[in-house]
Amino acid sequence: MTRVSRRTLLTGGIGLAGIGVGAAAVGVGHEVSASTTDAPSTLPFFGEHQSGITTPMQSHVNFIGLDLVDPADHRVLQSILRMWSQDAANLTQGRPGFSDTEPELAGDPSRLSIAVGLGPGAFASPALASRRPGWLTPLPDFAIDRLRPEWGQTDLVVAVACDEPMTLAHTVRLVIAPVRTRTRVRWMQQGFHHGRNLFGQVDGTVQPDARRYDDLVWNDGREQPWMAGGTSLVLRRIAMNMDTWESLDRHGRELSMGRTLDNGAPLTGSHETDDPVFTATSGGIPVIPESSHIARAHRRTDREQFLRRPYSYDVPPSPGSGDTSDSGLIFAAYQRDPVVQYVPVQQRLSDHDALNEWTTPIGSAVYAMLPGPREYLGETLFA
Amino acid sequence: MARRHQVRSAGLTAFAAAALASATLFTACSTDSPDTRSDADAITVSQPWVKALDDVAADGGMTSAFAVVENDSDRDVRIVSASSDVAKTVELHEVVESGGTTTMREVDGGIVVPAKGSATLDPGGEHFMLMGVTKSIRSGDTVTITARFDDGSTETVEAIARDFNGNQENYSPEHTGERS
Repeated sequence: MTRVSRRTLLTGGIGLAGIGVGAAAVGVGHEVSASTTDAPSTLPFFGEHQSGITTPMQSHVNFIGLDLVDPADHRVLQSILRMWSQDAANLTQGRPGFSDTEPELAGDPSRLSIAVGLGPGAFASPALASRRPGWLTPLPDFAIDRLRPEWGQTDLVVAVACDEPMTLAHTVRLVIAPVRTRTRVRWMQQGFHHGRNLFGQVDGTVQPDARRYDDLVWNDGREQPWMAGGTSLVLRRIAMNMDTWESLDRHGRELSMGRTLDNGAPLTGSHETDDPVFTATSGGIPVIPESSHIARAHRRTDREQFLRRPYSYDVPPSPGSGDTSDSGLIFAAYQRDPVVQYVPVQQRLSDHDALNEWTTPIGSAVYAMLPGPREYLGETLFA
Repeated sequence: MARRHQVRSAGLTAFAAAALASATLFTACSTDSPDTRSDADAITVSQPWVKALDDVAADGGMTSAFAVVENDSDRDVRIVSASSDVAKTVELHEVVESGGTTTMREVDGGIVVPAKGSATLDPGGEHFMLMGVTKSIRSGDTVTITARFDDGSTETVEAIARDFNGNQENYSPEHTGERS
C-alpha cells in the first residue's frame, strides 16, 4: 500500500512530475525555520497567497509585461505557469532553476518573490472566458492620462522583486528564456524602492491596516471561486517632470502634497502617521489645501482603500531627445476589487490634484494576481 | 561533467524525507534485512525537462532531456536504457572533450546513480538523447521519459519542454558504447 502511493506520487500526475516536488516541501520548511536567527532571506513560494504583495517591499523590482503568442490555447498558458512555478519554487529558495545555465547566480535569493498575474487577454480561450473576473477590464479613461501604447495592458505580468540586482536580473532571464517562443515581452518596468520618491516626498504612507488584508486585499472567491486568495493589481507608470518640479519652491511643494518634505507629516500634524485634519484652517484658509494630493486621495468611503507599493524609475532619456531625465513612479496598487476601491480615488485625482501639474500617467494596466500555489501557479483556474 | 554527489541530510527535501519515511514503514516489518526494493523504488527523479524542438527534419529530429536522479538505497543504481512517447529511440549520452572539441556519445555501461547520492543530468553532461522525433516539441509540450534500471524496473516522468539553446555539442554516432 505504501509502495503504491509512493509510486503514484512520483509518477502519477503531471502536476507532481512537472513540478520540483521537493521544492514545495522546502517552501513549507522555510516557514518553520524562519524564526532562527541565521535564517536565509527567503520568502515562501507556496501558500495561500503569492509572496511579494503584502511582503515588506524589496528594494528592487522588475515588472515584466508579456503577451501570449497563442492566447486561444489555454493549455499553453497552463504549461507556462507550470514552468514558472518550477523555477520560482527553486529560485525563491536559493536554488537554481530547472534549465538554469548560471546556477551560481541563484544562491543569494535576497527575499526574492515571483508573483504572476493575468490580464484580460489571458482569458481569450473559450475554456477560460467565463472565468475572467468582472473587474478585469480596462480602467476608465482619465483626463490626465497620456497613455503610451508601449506601456499598455499585456496578457501576463510577472512581478520579480528582491533586494539584490544580480539576483533580480538572473531571475528575470529565467522567467523569459524557457517560454520565449510562446510569449512576447512587451515591456519591462524596472524600479527601486526607497521611503521617498524622486520628488523627495515620503511615499506610500497611507496603507490599509494589515488586519484588514483579508477584507481589502485578498479575493474571497465569491465571484470567481478560483480567485480565492488572489488579488488585483493596477500598475500605473507615472512620469515625473523634474525640470518643472525644480521651479517650485519648498513651501509650494508641501502645499501641493499636503505633507511636509521633512518627515512626511500632514501639514496639520508632526509625524508621518498622524491623521490629516482636513477641517483645520489658518486665517480662514484650510491648512491642507483642498486641491492637495492627500486631500484628493483621501478615502471618502471605507472601501476606498488599497495597498500601495510605489517603486521609482530613473532610466536614461531617449538619445537625442534633449530631455534631462526620464524619471517617475511605477505605482502598483493591490486591492480585492479595483473598480470599487481604486477607480473612485483615481477619478478624483484625475478631476483635480495639485500634483498633476508635474506628473503624467503614461502607462496603465490591470491584472488578476493569482492565488498562492499549492502545486503550481494558476492550478485553481484550470481545475 | 554530470554532477554526482552524496545527498546531504540537510539537502533532503521534505518530500524525499516523506518518501524515505514511507519506505521505512514499508520495510519495518523486515527490520535489519537487506534493502529489497527494486531499483525504481530506490530512485527519485525530479526536475525533469526537455529541450524544445521546433523544426523536425524529414527523417526525424533529435533533442535532449534532463533531470536530477536521487538514490536513497545503499547500493549504486544504474540507468541502462530509456524510452519516450515522442522518440523512436532514446540513448544515454555523455559529453566528452577530445582534441579541443566536445562530442556527445553514448555512455558506456549506462548512467550510474551512486548509493545515497544523486546524478544530475544536465546540458553539457550526461543526458537523455531523444532520437527519431517525428513531431515538433514546442515549449510547454509535455513528453514522457521512461528510465529502465539494471534490475528491469522502470520509472516514468513527465517533462515539460523549454526553449533552450544549449546542449548543441557535436554528436558522434559512430562511437558505439557498450550496451548493457
